[in-house]
Amino acid sequence: MTDTSPRTEPADWATDQEVRWCPGCGDYSILTAMRMLMPELDVDRENTVFISGIGCAARFPYYMNTYGMHGIHGRAPAIATGLAMARPDLDIWVIGGDGDMMSIGGNHLIHSLRRNVNIKILLFNNMIYGLTKGQFSPTSEVGKVTKSSPMGSLDAPFNPISVALGAEASFVARTHDMDRQHMMDMFRRAHEHKGAAIVEVFQNCNVFNDGAWEGITKKQNRDANLITLEHGQPIRFGADGEFGVVVDGGAAKVVSVADVGADALLVHDEHKPDPSTAFMLSRLARGPFEPTPIGVFRAIERIEYATSSTSQLAMAHDNQGSGDLAALLRSRGTWQV
Amino acid sequence: MTDTAPRELPLQELDEVIIRFAGDSGDGMQLTGDQFTSISAALGNDLATLPEFPAEIRAPQGTLAGVSAFQVRISDFAITTPGDAPTVLVAMNPAALKAQLHNVVQGGAIIINTDAFNERNLEKAGYESDPLEDGSLEGYRTYPVPMSQITRDAVAEHGVKPRDAERSKNFFALGLISWMYTRPVEPTMEFINTKFSGKELVIKANEAAFHAGYNFGETAELFESHYEIKPASLPSGEYTNVNGNTALAWGCVAAGQLARLPVFLGSYPITPASDILHDLSSLKNFGVRTFQAEDEIAAAASAVGAAFGGALSFTTTSGPGVALKGETLGLAVSLELPLIVIDIQRGGPSTGLPTKPEQADLMMAMYGRHSESPMPIVAPKSPADCFNAAIEACRIALRYRTPVMLLSDGYLATSSEPWLLPEIDSLPDIGVDFHTGFNGTNEDGDGIFLPYLRDPETLARPWAIPGTPDLMHRIGGIEKEDGSGNISYDPENHQKMVDLRAAKIAAIDVPDVEVAGDQDATFCMLGWGSTWGAIDAAVDRLQQAGKKVAHVHLSHLNPLPKNLGEVLATFDKVICPEMNDGQLVNLVRAKYLLDVKPVNKMNGVPFTTAEIESAALQAMDAS
Repeated sequence: MTDTSPRTEPADWATDQEVRWCPGCGDYSILTAMRMLMPELDVDRENTVFISGIGCAARFPYYMNTYGMHGIHGRAPAIATGLAMARPDLDIWVIGGDGDMMSIGGNHLIHSLRRNVNIKILLFNNMIYGLTKGQFSPTSEVGKVTKSSPMGSLDAPFNPISVALGAEASFVARTHDMDRQHMMDMFRRAHEHKGAAIVEVFQNCNVFNDGAWEGITKKQNRDANLITLEHGQPIRFGADGEFGVVVDGGAAKVVSVADVGADALLVHDEHKPDPSTAFMLSRLARGPFEPTPIGVFRAIERIEYATSSTSQLAMAHDNQGSGDLAALLRSRGTWQV
Repeated sequence: MTDTAPRELPLQELDEVIIRFAGDSGDGMQLTGDQFTSISAALGNDLATLPEFPAEIRAPQGTLAGVSAFQVRISDFAITTPGDAPTVLVAMNPAALKAQLHNVVQGGAIIINTDAFNERNLEKAGYESDPLEDGSLEGYRTYPVPMSQITRDAVAEHGVKPRDAERSKNFFALGLISWMYTRPVEPTMEFINTKFSGKELVIKANEAAFHAGYNFGETAELFESHYEIKPASLPSGEYTNVNGNTALAWGCVAAGQLARLPVFLGSYPITPASDILHDLSSLKNFGVRTFQAEDEIAAAASAVGAAFGGALSFTTTSGPGVALKGETLGLAVSLELPLIVIDIQRGGPSTGLPTKPEQADLMMAMYGRHSESPMPIVAPKSPADCFNAAIEACRIALRYRTPVMLLSDGYLATSSEPWLLPEIDSLPDIGVDFHTGFNGTNEDGDGIFLPYLRDPETLARPWAIPGTPDLMHRIGGIEKEDGSGNISYDPENHQKMVDLRAAKIAAIDVPDVEVAGDQDATFCMLGWGSTWGAIDAAVDRLQQAGKKVAHVHLSHLNPLPKNLGEVLATFDKVICPEMNDGQLVNLVRAKYLLDVKPVNKMNGVPFTTAEIESAALQAMDAS
C-alpha cells in the first residue's frame, strides 16, 4: 500500500530560532498557517526558499526551516526574480509588509508581477510601519495620526489589490490573519499558480495599529463586512446571504438580494481574461469599515517568465549550437601574424 | 597600387599614421573608421582606435554638438595608444572641421568634403567666414574634395535617389583613404555585402561610392603621393580586433565556462556599459541568462538572488548605477556571495559626461557603501585586457565568496586593439565546489550546517545552494553569528565579523607588481587601469630621450599587491597620472606614507602620451 501520509510535519518546517515578533502580533498566525500548509503541499524543504526585505514581516524566513534570505528594504521581489531565473526548479516565496512592498519596493513589486515571475508574494498589510515604530504607511488612511503625521497623514493610500491588478498580475488574492483555514487555502492556491502570485494578508499590528482590520475581520463584523469570493458562485454575504454584489454603472455595488433578485448578482469568475471586474471588486470598499471581498480576485494563465527565458536559451542552442568559446573569440574576424 | 593606374604616384613608406574621420553623427563615421581598422588589422599593422561620439543620438544636424569622430592609428611597430594628435583629418562638414581642427598636428593633411561648406552649414558650425578661403587652414595640407557631388554622380546610374545617394558619402571617404594608404578593395566589398545583405540598392550605392573615392585618389591630380605602412612585427599567432566592452562580455562567458557555472547578468541600460548587456544577450547558446531589470537596484539585487542560487552572477553599469546599487552591494558583502560588478566609469558627478571616460569611481569602489564594507577591485589596462580582468574578477569572487568591482572606463569600452587570441586550454580553472554536506555537529552529536564557518586558508564561507538536501539555512543583511550565521547583536561578535570580512579581502592572493621600464631608474610612474597605454608610450619616448624611467601599473586596487609599498619606496620620485583628482594617490599615500605626486586630468579625454611625457620631465626637473 502506498503511504499517503505527508512526508513532513509542521514542526519540520520550524527552525530553532526564537520567534521575536511582539506578543499578539498577527504574524504568528500567518507563520502557523504556512508551517501547517507546507506538509500538505508535498514539497521538500531544500527546494523551498523564502526571500524577504526589511520590516517585521521580513523576519519570516528565519523561522522557516528552508533556504532563506533576509535581504534589504523593498528589494525582495528583485532578489527573488534573479533566483527564479537562475533556478526555475525552486519554490520561492517572497514575504514583506506594506511599507516594504508598496513603498520602497513598489517598483520591484509591480515589475515582478507584470513579468509573471514564478514567485509567491505574501504582502502582510497592517497599514503602518511597525519596525520603525509607528509611522504612516502607503496603505494608511488619509488623516492617520502617527509620530510622523501628528496632524494626520496627507497621503492617499494604495489599494494593494488594485495596484496588483493594474500591474497585470496573473494571480491576485486576499486573506486575513484571523482565519487560518482561509489563509492556507489562499497560500495553497498561490503555490499552485504558475507565475507570479500575490496574496494580500490583512494583518494586525497590535502595538502600532491595533484593530485596524477589526471592522471586517472581527467575528461579529464578518457577517456584515466580509465577502468571501468563490469562483463560479454569485457574490453573496450576510448572515443569511441577504446581501450581494452587482455591477451597476461601471462599478461593483453592494445590494440587498431581496431588492434585485438573486439572478442579478455578479457571478464571480477568477479566470476572466479582462481584469476590469476584478478591479471593480477591489474598489468595493473604501476602507476596513465597509463590505470587503477576500478570496481569489484573479487567476489567469499567462506564460511564466523563467519558462520563457529558458525556452529562448533552448532556441538559441538549437539554432546556433552549444556555445564554443574559441569560435566566439574568432567571431569578428581574425588574421594571422 | 594597380597596374591600370592612369598615373604613377610615388609610394611613400610611413611607419605610422593617425587618421581621424569626423562628420555629423548621422554620417556613418564610426562605421567608416571601424572598417578602415579591420582592413588595416588584416594587413598586419598594429593599431589602436578612439571613437568619440556625442551623448545625443541625433544631435541637431550640422552643429558642433553633433560631431561624431573616430580616430585610428596604424603602425608598423607595436603601439599602446590611439595617438595624441591626428596626422590626417577627414572632415565631412564645417562643424567637423571646426570641432576637430585643433587636434590635428601642424602640417597635417585635411581632406574636406567641400560640398558641405555652404552658407547654412557654415553658420550652424559658427563660422563667420569660409575657412576654406579665409586662411584658417594655413599650415595644413588641405585637400578639398566635392564628396557629396561625386558620390551622387557615381550612384545615380544605379537608380538611387539623390537624397539617399548622399548617405553613401562615408564610403566615398573610405575609398579615398583606402587608396591613400594602399588598402585592398576586396575586404570592404565583402563587408558591404554582408553588412547590407538583402538591401541590393544600398549595396550597389556603397560599392559605387567606395570605388568613386578610390578612383578619385588615383585620378584627381590632387595628391602628391600615396602611402604604405608595412605590417608590424607583433608576436606571431592569430589576432582579432576587440574593444573593451566586447572583451568584457567574452570574459564573462569564458569565466562561466572556466568555472563550469551558468552565467547570469542583471543589468539596466546605461552608457557606456550597455554594449556588454547587448553582447551577452546574444550569447544565449552559451547558457547566458540576461535580465534587463526595472532599475539599477533590481539589476544588482537579481544578481544577488542568482548568486544565491549558484549562478556566476554579474551586474554591469556605470558610475551613477554603482551609486544606486550601493546598498545591494553592501548586502552582497554581508552575505559573502560571489558577484561581479562591472563599472564602466564615465564623467561625473551626476549625469556628467556619459560618453567620456574618467577614473574617478575608485574611491566609490573602495568606500562607496556604508560602514566597513570591503570589496576587491580589479582594473583592466587595455581593451583586450578586459577579457583577462573579467576572468580574474570572477576568480576572486568565487574563491573568496565576495562581490568584486571591475573598473573599466568609457575609453577602454569603445577603443579597440589587436588581441593575440589566447589558447582556451591555457586559461585558468576558476571552478569551486558547492558545499554539499554537514560541517559541524550540535550538542546531540547530529550533523549540522554552519553557513559562516570559514575555510581557514581563504576565510571564504561555504557556498551551499538551495536544492541541497539537509543544508537549509538562512542568510541576511543583519549581523550574523560567526559560524552559525544566526542573527547576532552581540558586540564582540560584530567586532569579530568586521575583522573577518576585512581580513578575508586583505589576504586575497593578488600577484606582486612588476617594474616595467628601467629597473635601475630612480623615477617611477605609477598608474592603474586605462592609463597604461599612454604611460607605456611615454616611457618609450623618455627612454629614447636618454632618461631612465620605471613604470608600475596596478591591475589590483584592493587589495593592493603585497610588494607595492616596498617597490615604490625604492624610487626617489613617483608620479601618478590618473583621470581623477588624485584618488589612487590618496590611497597610496595613506597606506604607505609615500609622497606620490598626482598628475590629474579631468576633461573627458584620455591622457596623451605627450602630456604624460611632459609631466614626467617636469617632475624629474623639479628638485
